[in-house]
Amino acid sequence: MTATRRLTDTFVLVLITLAVWQVLHRIAGSTALPAPLPTMSYLMRNVTTARFASNAATTALSFFFALLLAYGIGLGFGIWMGAHRLSGAVGEPILVAFYSLPKIVLYPVVLLIFGLGISGKVAFGALHGFLPVALLTMGAIRAIPPVYLRSARTLRLTPWQTITTVLLPAALPEVFTGLRIGFSVTLLGVLLGEMFASKAGLGAMIMTDMSLAQSEDMVTVAILLFVFAALANAVLLWIEHRLHRRV
Amino acid sequence: MTRVGWLRVAVIVALIGALELACRSGLINHQTVIPPSEMAGALWALLASGSLNADIERTLGMIALVIALSILLGFIAGIALHALPRVRQALEPFFATYYAVPIFIFYPVLIAIFGLSVMPIVLIGVATAVVAMIIATLNGLDRVPGVLGKVARVHRLGPIRTAVTLQLPAAAPYLFTGVKLSVSYGFIAVIAAEFILSPAGLGRDIADAYADFNNRRMYALILFLLIVATVVNAALHALDMSFAERRRGGRP
Repeated sequence: MTATRRLTDTFVLVLITLAVWQVLHRIAGSTALPAPLPTMSYLMRNVTTARFASNAATTALSFFFALLLAYGIGLGFGIWMGAHRLSGAVGEPILVAFYSLPKIVLYPVVLLIFGLGISGKVAFGALHGFLPVALLTMGAIRAIPPVYLRSARTLRLTPWQTITTVLLPAALPEVFTGLRIGFSVTLLGVLLGEMFASKAGLGAMIMTDMSLAQSEDMVTVAILLFVFAALANAVLLWIEHRLHRRV
Repeated sequence: MTRVGWLRVAVIVALIGALELACRSGLINHQTVIPPSEMAGALWALLASGSLNADIERTLGMIALVIALSILLGFIAGIALHALPRVRQALEPFFATYYAVPIFIFYPVLIAIFGLSVMPIVLIGVATAVVAMIIATLNGLDRVPGVLGKVARVHRLGPIRTAVTLQLPAAAPYLFTGVKLSVSYGFIAVIAAEFILSPAGLGRDIADAYADFNNRRMYALILFLLIVATVVNAALHALDMSFAERRRGGRP
């Protein structure tokens, strides 16, 4: 009963979204915003083009390296600041303050340091992504009950055994939350980087399409990125819930 | 200040000092980063000349408008959704994924629809900031203790007095969280929109200075925006702390 009701509600929601889209299309005209139905058929054609494939590959590669860096640096900082109390107390407000700054203003600096190519985008994505990873990892390690460590000492575990059998499993669900948030924030960083002064990638493709008034291309790319991010988040959220239940 | 506080100041000063030294000694190229002291000097000269005033007014005004609209609309939408549990339930998955998807990629779409004007910037700003306020309002209303409803009935309060004297204060900490997030999201979205494509504004100024290789101007503007954002965030944080203090210690 509730399941079918929820399904109906979601269905109604989708219908309303499509209706709003159609109305906006009527107001704005076809050149600015294509109608929902033609967009869907265009989507199929667009994703099979070589232009889309090469841009998507560039974004995927930048995102992959940015994510790798964000996770590496974020976990490093998080573990250090979680395990060393003074470093955490000193550093946490600095990281929190940095987290809520408009980091886009630093993009020119990143470009001057790393250049206009893929490394600039990677650095900018990592700059966004490492913060939530670091902050949540630090919180996770701090929240480990001291009795766990005491029992590890009682059992005479080696430091390595303590990390792999006690600390990691205890902190994993929280750390994973950080990785999930880091995922979406890094993606945003890479796309923002591509939207400014970049020749390749999906973010750049959207900007080019906009200036050429190719709204079908633009809207389909935006929707695809939207769906990708939503699906990835759903999968990561599912894993996260499983991890939380296991502990 | 506590020992940790002093240490934090020392760390920040050391970082800025290290950057200054690295720039002065030539370890960092002058074309890449200019020394922090030069940034401050350039900002001072820029502010004193008054040439920045129009853009400062425009950008900060736009941010203020976006934040005000987001808080107001988010609060109203939050109350409405709280009263309509079925609609709320249908929207719940949407809220849960909202900040996980890059909403900002729709900025060019908005430009295509509304043209290169103030409208797309305000819309993308509100779209980014409003949902945080809606979620916070729902959270706050959920956490109003049920006993307050009984108190209102005992004192025969009307719905408006109940809302103002009981429900609003009870939900206030959560509402304030929403305000804090809306401010920070509004700031980020407006600056990002201006930076990527806009007719004017401080974000656009930075992009122009970058394109002109005008490093002194660019770093002065970056420094200005970072200082404004830090001051605003710090002020909200201080306000939050004093609210928390009053809640804990304010009772007789």
